[in-house]
Amino acid sequence: MPVHEYDAVIVGAGGAGLFAALELSHQRDLRVAVLSKLYPTRSHTGAAQGGIGAALGNEEEDHWEWHMFDTVKGGDYLVDQDAAEILAREAIETIYDLEHYGLPFDRTPDGRIAQRRFGGHTHHFGQGPVRRACHAADRTGHMILQTLYQQCLRNNVHFFNEFQVVDLLLEDGVAAGVVAWEILTGELHVFHSRAVMFATGGWGRIFKVSSNAHTLTGDGAAICWRRGIPLEDMEFYQFHPTGIYRLGILMSEAARGEGAILRNRYGERFMERYSPNLLDLAPRDIIARAMITEIREGRGIDGKDYLHLDFTHLPRQVLDEKLPEITSFARTYLGIDPATQPVPVQPTAHYAMGGIPTDVWGRVIRDEHNTPVPGLYAAGECACVSVHGANRLGTNSLVDILVFGRRAGRDMARYLKEAERVPVAHNPDSDAREELERLRNSTGGEKVGAIREELAACMMEWCGIFRNGADLQRMLDKLGELRDRYARITLDDRGWKFNQDLLEAWELGCLLDVAEATVRSALNRTESRGAHMREDYPKRDDAQWLKHTLLYRDGRFAYKPVTITRFQPQERKY
Amino acid sequence: MKVHVRIKRFNPEKDRRPYWADYEVPTDPFDRVLDVLHYIKWNLDGTLALRRSCAHGICGSDAMLINGRNRLACKVLVKDLGDRITVEPLRGLPVIKDLVVDMEPFFAKYRQVMPWLVNDEPPPARERLQSPEERARIDDTTKCILCAVCTTACPIFWGNGEFLGPAALVAAHRFIFDSRDRAAAERLAILAERSGAFKCRTVFNCTDACPQGIEITKAIQELKQAIVLSRA
Repeated sequence: MPVHEYDAVIVGAGGAGLFAALELSHQRDLRVAVLSKLYPTRSHTGAAQGGIGAALGNEEEDHWEWHMFDTVKGGDYLVDQDAAEILAREAIETIYDLEHYGLPFDRTPDGRIAQRRFGGHTHHFGQGPVRRACHAADRTGHMILQTLYQQCLRNNVHFFNEFQVVDLLLEDGVAAGVVAWEILTGELHVFHSRAVMFATGGWGRIFKVSSNAHTLTGDGAAICWRRGIPLEDMEFYQFHPTGIYRLGILMSEAARGEGAILRNRYGERFMERYSPNLLDLAPRDIIARAMITEIREGRGIDGKDYLHLDFTHLPRQVLDEKLPEITSFARTYLGIDPATQPVPVQPTAHYAMGGIPTDVWGRVIRDEHNTPVPGLYAAGECACVSVHGANRLGTNSLVDILVFGRRAGRDMARYLKEAERVPVAHNPDSDAREELERLRNSTGGEKVGAIREELAACMMEWCGIFRNGADLQRMLDKLGELRDRYARITLDDRGWKFNQDLLEAWELGCLLDVAEATVRSALNRTESRGAHMREDYPKRDDAQWLKHTLLYRDGRFAYKPVTITRFQPQERKY
Repeated sequence: MKVHVRIKRFNPEKDRRPYWADYEVPTDPFDRVLDVLHYIKWNLDGTLALRRSCAHGICGSDAMLINGRNRLACKVLVKDLGDRITVEPLRGLPVIKDLVVDMEPFFAKYRQVMPWLVNDEPPPARERLQSPEERARIDDTTKCILCAVCTTACPIFWGNGEFLGPAALVAAHRFIFDSRDRAAAERLAILAERSGAFKCRTVFNCTDACPQGIEITKAIQELKQAIVLSRA
């Protein structure tokens, strides 16, 4: 068993992990390793399309206080406002940092970073849409990922590509490293370090229709949960309104930012009835519910379960220059030219608001008293700061990964000045080895693909956009059944080298864990707020539920108060 | 519709040499080839190895040879291939298992061209200014997703593993023509070496194959011109 000694180990090479690594790379005396289950440029940050919000004010008047307000209101007041203030303020300097690192933003005629409208982003505290989203065509995430990776290469960051982290080493409650599985050889490695950061992204693959990559299986969150860290606000999962019908591939909100309109079977612009002020640029939870309501009331296209995203009134130049990527998706996957024909869309599982609980420096906390786990960090979609509360605004995922990835990197550098190296126990890889052997040698005949498919279909049905107690209980029972079957899987591939059969089996274990955390938290929260809509409890209930959920793997709940500074909770209307 | 799929398989732990395996797969015309491969992997033979992640042509993981052409499995539909589909690993890189090739040689060439912005002048408090025209100069080459389709479609690369290859040249172009960058001379010196830009014989395989539609051959010609001008 190879053992590697590092000062810090970062798990995941998307925007959050790479920004933290880049910050640490400025400290020449620190040894930092980045472990990715993929090659870093494959990370899902690269799929982000439309833009990154920051109140630069390049196109029209804007202020970080407005961005902060939109974030808090967009999150249905479950957002921690100290964190939202940091997000909105530091978004600005973070964008300039990225520009200086080389990110090729689109430009205004006077050479500044160009900005466009996005859902839920407003001027004067909700008066109307504002141009806040900085963009590089509709490849903004791609350019962020490339730029950060390139600068990491320049600074000689150590990358371990196609290393699947399978366990976290905590010694007396202090982070001491990780166990990783080298996919190429099948060998387990121990990375012994003084700090560990998880930046492993989301888990959209618990749902059948998802914009997420196949590899987004909640690994980091599941690993932490198994090691006694609670998961925060797991009931809040965002469905993006405009996924390509059946495929779930995203048609960026930038489409509506540039003027595209949602229509039902009668050609009606139905958002006029649901959000008379912001229309098609209302926040995502509101639009996704409006779409399901239209479909349920028979106004889906041909009475089916999709609607139209209409670009046909837009000049072709807008499609070619500002939305080239999604124009090409429509052509490639549907054979449709969006300039002449509307695109069939349905809501697609997109983003986890909840995750590994952290403070505003990315330090993982273990309880409702904000007790930190020394040396353990998390940032990006796998973490919950919480800046998104009950519903994330468009562009704020990129802001989150960058602002808090950078802060986690800076705090790790501080922490590593003092922190001692904790010795790891004898055979630190024994738990991981046992689990992988069990999966490899199990002989019950059940198939990983079939269990995963059923999990995703049932989650979509019973724990999706509209929820109720009976369906959630049904889902919880189903999870019990699926876990029984998971204990009886049989793999086709019993080899060592590049055994993806085993990898997918291990990932399914993570999916089952994060799905369970989602369902238990959703069943527990008897109110409706943001993306969490309970038909049996349709109202927001601040008296009972203006608090964060913490769920431990043993089923125990704890609650954390919401930090409120500038904006008192109000009814959320757009 | 049913399609007949042939896949070139190789498991280093069992096989002495690659072999062809055949599968019958029920498909929808709008299925991606990736969906077809997933069907095989999840229903017929779990030992099949292939890389993939985003499944919509952004992450660059699933480049392979499909019906004789380099493509992304998630970006080509069954309806455009007919009822016989042949899938092989990319050429010119060592095969690890089935459709998985060793990407290290490819990324090593990428790293050789200094693919990062160099500008150590103190930055302004806000953004560095760049006109829309200056930005447009590099738009095409910023699209690269490092899928290796171009480099492994290049006959010069097949014949000479030392050649930097189209993808690394695209990366160099993206920075050399960025108005904010200050290391063009260093990069051009690297590209002027024997295994650099002048190895390109304008075969256009790269341009034809690029799933992002980048005009790669044109970009390489611009690099050649820049090298010549830098010597003048």
